[in-house]
Order: sequence, then C-alpha cells, then structure tokens
Amino acid sequence: MTDKVSIAILVITSLAIVAGLLLSFAGRQFPANADDLIEQVNALLPQTQCAQCGYPGCRPYAAAVVRQEAEINLCPPGGQSTADNLASLLGRRELPLSSANEYTQTKRVAIIDEPLCIGCTKCRDACPVDAIVGAHQYMHTVIAVECTGCELCLPPCPVDCISLVPVA
Amino acid sequence: MSAPTYDLGKLHGGLRLPAEKRLATNQSIQLLPLPEQLFLPLSQHVGDAAQPIVNIGERVLKGQLIAETDSSLSAPIHASSSGKVIAIEPWPVARRYGNRAPCIVIECDGDDKPIDAMESVAGYESLTPDDLLLQIMRGGIVGLGGAVFPTAQKLMAAISGPLDYLILNGVECEPYISCDDMLMRERAEEVIRGAQILMHALQLSKCYVVTESDKPEAIRSLGEAMGKIADDRLILKQVPTIYPSGGEDQLVQLVTNLEVPSGGLPTDVGCVVQNVGTAAAIHRWINLGEPLISRITTITGDGISNPLNVSARLGTRVADAVEFAGGYTDRANQLVVGGPMTGKSVTTDDIPLVKATNCILVLSETPDIGPEMPCIRCGECSAVCPIQLLPQQLFWYACADDEKQLRKHGLTDCIECGCCDLVCPSHIPLTADFRQAKARMLEMADEKARAERARRRFESRNERLAADKQQREEELANQKRQAKSIGSAEIQAMLDRSKEKKEDD
Repeated sequence: MTDKVSIAILVITSLAIVAGLLLSFAGRQFPANADDLIEQVNALLPQTQCAQCGYPGCRPYAAAVVRQEAEINLCPPGGQSTADNLASLLGRRELPLSSANEYTQTKRVAIIDEPLCIGCTKCRDACPVDAIVGAHQYMHTVIAVECTGCELCLPPCPVDCISLVPVA
Repeated sequence: MSAPTYDLGKLHGGLRLPAEKRLATNQSIQLLPLPEQLFLPLSQHVGDAAQPIVNIGERVLKGQLIAETDSSLSAPIHASSSGKVIAIEPWPVARRYGNRAPCIVIECDGDDKPIDAMESVAGYESLTPDDLLLQIMRGGIVGLGGAVFPTAQKLMAAISGPLDYLILNGVECEPYISCDDMLMRERAEEVIRGAQILMHALQLSKCYVVTESDKPEAIRSLGEAMGKIADDRLILKQVPTIYPSGGEDQLVQLVTNLEVPSGGLPTDVGCVVQNVGTAAAIHRWINLGEPLISRITTITGDGISNPLNVSARLGTRVADAVEFAGGYTDRANQLVVGGPMTGKSVTTDDIPLVKATNCILVLSETPDIGPEMPCIRCGECSAVCPIQLLPQQLFWYACADDEKQLRKHGLTDCIECGCCDLVCPSHIPLTADFRQAKARMLEMADEKARAERARRRFESRNERLAADKQQREEELANQKRQAKSIGSAEIQAMLDRSKEKKEDD
C-alpha cells in the first residue's frame, strides 16, 4: 500500500519536475516578446499617424496600449471597429470610442492652395508620412496618394492655405 | 470532317433559360448608318485609360490612332470614322461605377475616309509570335465577349506557360444576345482565319471552336468555312444549351474536363479562351488592316420595334442605334446594356456603343418579383451555382461583412452569373449583394495596403529624424572637444592678435 502511494508520489513529482524544466527551457529559448504584441496592435491601427490619441503616431500608441498605459478607445480614425478589435486581441473590456475626439470618418486628403503658399516648410516638417514636398521659399504640394488626412499640417501653416478635401 | 463532337466534361449547376434569341436572328446583320457624332470613351477596356493624342479641332481619318497608351494593361483607341475632333470631355457611359467618363467626340464629315496606313500586315506567318502580339495590341483589340480584357496582354500572359488548346468561345449562353451567333452564321470564315492567327501567335496546333447546340445555323456555317479553309488543327465542338456554359472557366471545364483552379486562369490548365468576335476582329486587323472600330451588337427586347443585329461603328450613341431598329415600342420601360443576367441597367440612351457593348436590351416591364424575404436555407442557390459555391452561406457573411469567411468561402471566385438570384424563392438579390461585398473587400485590401505604406513611411521618417539628431549631437560634441583642446597659450595669442587689430584701426 505505502509502496503504491510512494510510486504515485514519485511519478507525479518527476512529471512535475520534467514539465517545469521544459517550460522554463521554452521560456528562456522563446521569450514572450512585447514587441510582437506591439506589432500586432499596430497592425490593427489605421496608420494615419494623426496623433489624436495623444501619442506621436500609431506605433507609439500601440506601445502605450500594450504597456497598459493607454485605453483602447482613443483612436478616432479607426473608429469603433478598431477599438473592438483591440479589445478582442488584448482580452480587454470593450469600450465605446472616446468622444473627446471628433473625427469625420470620410476619407480626406490635404490639398495646398498653391498660389497662397509662401514656402515656409512648416507643413512639410509636420507631416508624419513625408507626404508634403517643397523647398524653402518654393511652393509646396501634397503627394495625395501618400496623404493619410491626419490634419497635422493644418495648425503650423501661417497663411492657412491647406484644406482637407474628401477623396473622390 | 468537322462534325460536332459530344465528349464533354460536366458543368455543375447552371440553368436552362428561355433563350429569346429568335427575336433578333431572323434578319441578317445590318450596317448601322454613320451617325453625326461619335463618342469614344478613353477607357473601353479593363486596365488604364488610353491617353488622347489628338487635339480639339484636329481632323481625323477612319482608323486613325486617336488615343494611345504605354501602360502594361490598356488598349489604344482608333477613330471609327473620318471627321473633326470637337471635344474631349466627360460624357455618360455605361459603367459599373460612376456615370460619366472622358470621351473623344468626333463630328463625322460623312466621307468615311480611311487613313492610308490602314494596310494589312503582309503575311502574318512571317512574324514571330512576339511581333504578332505587338501588332495585335496596336489594333486596339480587346475581348469582345463582354469582359474587354486587352487581348494582347491576355495572350502575352498565356505564352509564358505550357499550353495545349486554344478555345474559341462561340457559346453566347446569355438570353437575348445573338451577336456572336449572327457573326458565326454570316462571317464564319473571318472567325476561322482569326483562329489561325491566334494559333500562330500562341504556337498552338489545336483549336476547339465551341458553340451551343441551339445554334444549328452557326454550326453549319462554321462547318462550311472549315471545310473551305481545310485546316485540320481546328475542331468544331458543340456544348449543351445551359447558362452559363459560356463563362470562360465553365467552357474550359466543359471542353477539356479540367477544372480551372480557384483564383487561377484557364492557362493554368493549358487553355486560352478567346471569343469568336475577338478572333474575327483580329482577322480584320491583321489580314485586312482595319483596327477595332466597329462591332456587331444585338438590339433586342420587347421594347424595340424591329429587333436585329447591327454592325455598328464604336462611339455611335445607343439612341441612334435604337432609332435604326425602329425605335422604342410603347411598352419600352427599361434599358439594359448587355444581357438580362449580367448586363447593366442604364437611365439614358445618350451613352455610346463601345467595344464591350454586345447587346442593347429594351424590356417592356421589370417583372414584379415581390419583396425580399428572409433566407429559408433551401439550398437551391448552391444547386445551381456553376462554381459550386454556397451562396446562402456567402449571403450571411456578406451581411455580416465578415471578410475572412467571405474569402474562405470563395467569394472572389463568384462570376456573378445571376443563377442564384433567379432561383431564390425569397427573392434575395444575391448577386448584387456579392458584387457589393466584393467591392468592399477590394476597398479593404486597398485600405490595408495604404495603411502599410503609411506605416513604412512613418517609420522611415522617424529613423531619418533620429539619424539627423544623432549627427547633430555628434557635431556639437566634436566642436566642444575642439574648443577644449585649445591651450591657454593659443588663447593668449588670439587675444593679442585682436588687440593689435583694434589698435591698427
């Protein structure tokens, strides 16, 4: 009787040790990578780089979300669907989109009223995706296919010659 | 020698539809008179629009190149008749998306004077396949079965792989349309000569000319033409009259018993399919020197006084063609470009007749099919689906916008034949839903690609800014180091020098 019990204890213990060793080995060999998760979160974001979430671009926001520093509902261009997708990826509670940010969901691109442009390069430097070209004191223009419609070029413009138009 | 053969593969599903073709086939093809004005859209084909090379006010001759292209997927446009270019502007056209497209408008002078360069290539047999394909491209030839894919590009893609058969598609399975039927009846020789050119271009030695069993006149005429030309590489085949056996992949399956893989092309199973009208157009261009400036179009339906087939110059307004066919009857109610199953309903007859226009259908009344009801899962739709999809399942996923499942269930393989619509007892407009879902899927893929590009640009910008910053810091540090390395004696010398300078002043 005691034999059987001690055998059972021995078997279970050794199994536990083997499993523990395996797991710790695997843990060392393939560390859980926070960067992978950040990439996954980043892939769900719309990549407008508009900074409306309060972080300087989509990837920084993704990193903040993964570090649990930011809520999942701060991305206005992504809309409710992005918030829901983030909730299901990260296993967090679904949240309604933060209403602090108002954003039109229609796709828009920036356009420069070129005769008004004074060539100050301020919008060019503000563009997060290098979609504005132009040199100092020369007219600037927007590469429409690369523009994400983030609106970041609007505030720096001293002559208000940039507007956002809906994509046809 | 070329009796129709019956060793055929099997097509899943499909429908036997009332053909309604006799309406327009009891008189021969009539030449549509030259209109006063021609409206030639710059995009009459799949791919990029052609670029105009004529100016407003310029005189053009029949067959003159008026819009060319350097895109890898496009086709040039030729003037359908002689006259003066009076405008290049948006004009109503029959398109799936949007109602207007840029057109070159030519005011005809009525002389119909051809351009001198309209001469045939002397003996295409002496050309290499590549040169021949290039020549076909210059003729503005596109698939005339309705898809208007640039023919040369289709052939170019095909010759890169191993091929067994050329299949000439004369099936024309959609009700009402009879332009290919009439072409085969009256111009069978052109079709066969076109097939010979295609076989030379593809270096193939076997060609099936396929038509449907409800076209005995066309079969007889093709048989006679083949007897006359006596080319034993050509074999006439007949397939049963089932819609949509004229779909490219469906025809390949019927003729060769090989299934074109999902997302693949007939070339994947060694076949190239060309419409009989395309073959005839190639013959006219290569052997006779006439680019694609006209086509046969069926004008039919119970809303037309005198339904018939016409040989029309491209760019003729539909209104002019309808007038030639005796005008609308009192019951005319709906104008459709294309057939009743795959055509597009349009609201104006100002649109021009283009390379794709195989049929102008005017119906007296739209049948009142009743309101859309919930799906009862009867499965009729999957029984008739020629590509063995599960439309009822796809319908759920389309409603739920579930892109992943739509892809998994093969929405992208749907040929939009409309069979499922027709049999649905709940009158669900499945094909329209699928078309929308496909468009949304494309949009999403587009959006994804855009986001990916934005991400890469954002990251590379950040890297550049970081590198710039680092460089600036290094320079600053360098300057600081240099400043520190200057000894006190040197500083004293500098001060002395500046003192001397001041005294000099």
